[in-house]
Amino acid sequence: MTKILKKTRLSENVWRMTLEAPLIARERLAGQFIILRTSEEWSERIPLTIADADPAAGTIDIIFQTVGASTKELSLKNEGDCIADLVGPLGKPTHITDYSNAGRKGWVVVVGGGIGVAPAHPIAQAFKAAGNRVSVIMGARTKELIIMEDEMRRAADDVTIVTDDDSYGRKGLVTEPLKEFCEMSPAPDEVVVVGPPVMMKFAALATKPYGVKTIASLNSIMIDGTGMCGGCRVTVGGETKFVCVDGPEFDAHAVDFDNFIKRLGTFRKEEADHKCRSGLFG
Amino acid sequence: MPQQEPQVRAHNMDEVALGYTAEMAKAEASRCLNCPAKPCVQGCPVKIDIPAFLAAAAKGDFKDALGVIRTSSLLPAVCGRVCPQERQCQKFCTVGKMLKDVSKAVAIGRVERFCADNVEPEKTACAAPTGKKVAVIGSGPASVTCAADCARAGHAVTMFEAFHKTGGVLVYGIPEFRLPKRIVEKEIDGLKAMGVKVVTDFVVGKTRKLSDLKKEFDAIFVGTGAGLPKFMGIEGENLIGVFSANEYLTRANLMKAYIEDKAATPFWHGKKVAVLGGGNVAMDAARMALRLGADEVHLIYRRSEKEMPARIEEVHHAKEEGVVFHTLENAKRILGDEQDRVRAIECLKYELGEPDASGRRSPVAIAGSEFEFPVDTVVVAVGSGANPLIAATTPEIEVDRKGHVIIDEKTRMTTMPGVFAGGDIVLGAATVILAMGEGRAAAAGINEWLKNS
Ligand SMILES: Cc1cc2nc3c(=O)[nH]c(=O)nc-3n(C[C@H](O)[C@H](O)[C@H](O)COP(=O)(O)OP(=O)(O)OC[C@H]3O[C@@H](n4cnc5c(N)ncnc54)[C@H](O)[C@@H]3O)c2cc1C
Ligand SMILES: Cc1cc2nc3c(=O)[nH]c(=O)nc-3n(C[C@H](O)[C@H](O)[C@H](O)COP(=O)(O)OP(=O)(O)OC[C@H]3O[C@@H](n4cnc5c(N)ncnc54)[C@H](O)[C@@H]3O)c2cc1C
Ligand code: SF4
Ligand code: SF4
Ligand code: FES
Repeated sequence: MTKILKKTRLSENVWRMTLEAPLIARERLAGQFIILRTSEEWSERIPLTIADADPAAGTIDIIFQTVGASTKELSLKNEGDCIADLVGPLGKPTHITDYSNAGRKGWVVVVGGGIGVAPAHPIAQAFKAAGNRVSVIMGARTKELIIMEDEMRRAADDVTIVTDDDSYGRKGLVTEPLKEFCEMSPAPDEVVVVGPPVMMKFAALATKPYGVKTIASLNSIMIDGTGMCGGCRVTVGGETKFVCVDGPEFDAHAVDFDNFIKRLGTFRKEEADHKCRSGLFG
Repeated sequence: MPQQEPQVRAHNMDEVALGYTAEMAKAEASRCLNCPAKPCVQGCPVKIDIPAFLAAAAKGDFKDALGVIRTSSLLPAVCGRVCPQERQCQKFCTVGKMLKDVSKAVAIGRVERFCADNVEPEKTACAAPTGKKVAVIGSGPASVTCAADCARAGHAVTMFEAFHKTGGVLVYGIPEFRLPKRIVEKEIDGLKAMGVKVVTDFVVGKTRKLSDLKKEFDAIFVGTGAGLPKFMGIEGENLIGVFSANEYLTRANLMKAYIEDKAATPFWHGKKVAVLGGGNVAMDAARMALRLGADEVHLIYRRSEKEMPARIEEVHHAKEEGVVFHTLENAKRILGDEQDRVRAIECLKYELGEPDASGRRSPVAIAGSEFEFPVDTVVVAVGSGANPLIAATTPEIEVDRKGHVIIDEKTRMTTMPGVFAGGDIVLGAATVILAMGEGRAAAAGINEWLKNS
C-alpha cells in the first residue's frame, strides 16, 4: 500500500501526485520510472516516469495523463487514499554527460511534447546540474495543455514553447526550433526527446542530417518492468531490446519508430472496450 | 484419475485433473510392492521415502503419509501436480517395469497430491530465535523452501519479491487449470505463519542493491529464477501478435486478463495461434490459447514427440483438447500484413540426424521444404535464460557464460561471502522439485554458515 500525499490538477487531463515512497525516492535517478497498480485484484500494472523526488521527505512525484481506464482510475484517487502497489525505480537512468570543454559550456537540448514534459523535467535538471547549458523546447496542441512551464524555466537556461494552434508561444511543431538549434554553430552536443512516439520519430528525423546525438525515451507497453515478459521490446539498430531494462532511453536515430508505434497499438481494441466497460468515461 | 471432459475443460480455467477420492488413493497406494531396494526413491530429486508414505496411504493413514512426505518435500500439493513423474520417481517403479509401461507404474505423484490436498499439515515448529537475519530474494519454489528451512532454524527471514504477488513461476507461468493459485497461496500463508516477513514490489538490484541488503542481513539467498524470455531471432518476431510465452501466460495468470469484465489488463484475442516449442511452457501456452478463445492452436516443434521435454500428461491433455501437433517442423519466419499484424507463419520441415551431446537426435532442416499457413498469433516458448538483474548490479557475484550464478557445490555459496543461490538462476530453466531441492540445500548451507559466523 502506498499513500497519496498530494494531488493537483495540471490541466484538463493531467494530474500530479506525490506518493510516499522512501526507498524509491532514495535510489532513483533521472530517467527512471515506476510501475504501479491502483487497486488490488483487478488493476493493471502501468509504468509512469518519476517526475521528481524528495529523498529527505521520502516522496516521489508522478505526472500522468488520463488516456484510458487505468490512468482514469488512478486520477479518481484522492489525497490520503492508497494505491495497491508501487515498484521501482526501474529502467536505466539517463546517461548524463557534462559536455563542457575548454571554457565552452556544453549545450544540451531537451525536448518535451505534451505529457512528455514531465519526464523531460528531471532530465533537464540533471544535465544542468552536471554543468551544461540546457535549452528546453516544449510543445503542446494548445495552451491549456502546457504543463510545468515555471519548473522548466527554473531548470533550464532558456525555454521555447510551441503550440499547434498558435494559442501560446510560437506556432508550430517542436521540430522547427529543434532544426534551428541544430543549424547553429556549434550545434547542440546532445538532444533528448520525450513525448508522443510520432513526435519523437520526427524529432529524430530532424536532427539526423546534422549528426547531432539524439536520445529518445520510449514508452512501450509493459507488464513486469524487470525484463521477464519481452512485451516492451523494440528494434534498435536491427537488434531487439527490452525498454524496461535496456532503456527506456535509446539512440533515436537507430530506433525503428514505425514498428514501435504500431506495437503500441497492440491492444487498442481491447483498451477501448475496457474504457467503455469501466464506466469511467461518461 | 478423474478429470474434466476435454471439450468442456478447453473452455474453462478450472483444474483439469480432479484428483482421487480416498478410496482411489488407497487402492492406488496398495499397488506398491514395498520393494526393499526402493528404486523409486532414487528417481525423486528430494528422496521422499515413497514406499513408506504409500504404505501409510494404503491403510488410509493419510496424515502419516503426509508426515513422511513433508520431511523431504515442502510443496507436495505442487509437486504431486507438476513433477515430470514419468522421468523421475515413476520411471524406476518396479510395477511399471513389470508391466513394461511407465504409465502403469504406481501413480506416486497422484497419491502424493491426494495426501497434500486432504490433510491439514501440522504447524511447523521453529527453533528458538537465533537473532540472525536472512534475506530471501524471489518467491518461487526455491525461495519458499529456503525461507521455510531458515525460519525453522530460528532465523528471522524476510522474503523480497519483484512482483506484486508471491509464488514465482507457480503464479505467473503455470496456469490455474494445472495448478490452482489457492494452493500456492496456502504455502505462502504457511510461511507467514512461521514468521517469515514477505515484501512484494521490491526489485533487488533496483529498489535496493544486493550489497546494501548485505549490510542489514547476515545471509542472503538468491532464487531469482530463469525469467528471461528467449526469442528465436527470426524475421517477423516483433510483429503485432507475437508474444513470449512469459508475456502471454502472465497476462492470463497473474493479471487474470481472461476475466474480461473485471481485469484491466487486456489479452490478445487470437483465433489461429501458433506456439513454438515442445516443453511444459509451450503446452501451457497452447492450452491457454484454447481457453482464451482460439479456434485453432498449432504447436510447432522441431524434433519428434519422443524428444518433447514436456510432461507426458500435459502432451496427452493438449492433444485431447484439440491442439494440433506439428512435430519435425520449425518456424522460419513470421509474416505480417500492412499493419504489421501477424498473418501467417512460414515453417521448414525437419528430419532427425545423429544423436548430439545430450543424446537426443538433433533435428536437421530439409532444404526447400518451406510451407506457410495462416495464423494471427505466435507464442514463442523456446526456453528462457537466467534473470540478469542481480548479476548486472552485483559484480561480486560470478556467473557462467549463460548468466547462471556459480555456486560452491558443497556450501551452496556464491562468490560473494554470505550470499547463497539456488533454483533456476543456478540450474537454468529446470523443474519445481529441483528448485525446491536447491532451496533446501542452500538453507542447509546458510544454517551452517550462520552457526560459524
Ligand atoms: C517508461 C514509461 C514511462 C511513462 N511515463 C509516463 C508519464 O510520466 N506520464 C504519463 O502520463 N504516461 C507515461 N507513460 C505512459 C503510461 O504508462 C500509459 O499512458 C498508461 O499505461 C496508459 O494506461 P491506460 O489504461 O490509462 O490507457 P490504455 O487504455 O492502456 O491506453 C489508452 C491509449 O493510450 C495508448 N497507450 C497505451 N499504453 C501506452 C503507453 N505505454 N504509452 C503511450 N500510449 C500508450 C493506447 O494505445 C491507447 O490508445 C509511460 C510509459 C512508459 C513505458
Ligand atoms: C509456463 C511454465 C510451466 C512450467 N511447468 C512445469 C512443470 O509442469 N513441472 C515442473 O517441475 N516445472 C515446470 N516449470 C519450471 C518451474 O516452474 C521452475 O523450474 C521453477 O519455478 C523454478 O523455481 P525458482 O524458485 O528457481 O524460480 P521462479 O519460480 O522463477 O521464481 C523466481 C522469482 O524471483 C523473482 N525475482 C526475480 N528477480 C528478482 C529481483 N531482482 N528481486 C526480487 N525478486 C526477483 C521473480 O519475480 C520470481 O517470482 C514450468 C515453468 C514455466 C515458465
Ligand atoms: S516429489 Fe515429484 S519426484 Fe518426488 S515422489 Fe513426489 S512426484 Fe515423485
Ligand atoms: S518402485 Fe514402485 S512398487 Fe517399488 S516401492 Fe517404489 S513405488 Fe512401490
Ligand atoms: S516489461 Fe516485461 S520485459 Fe519489459
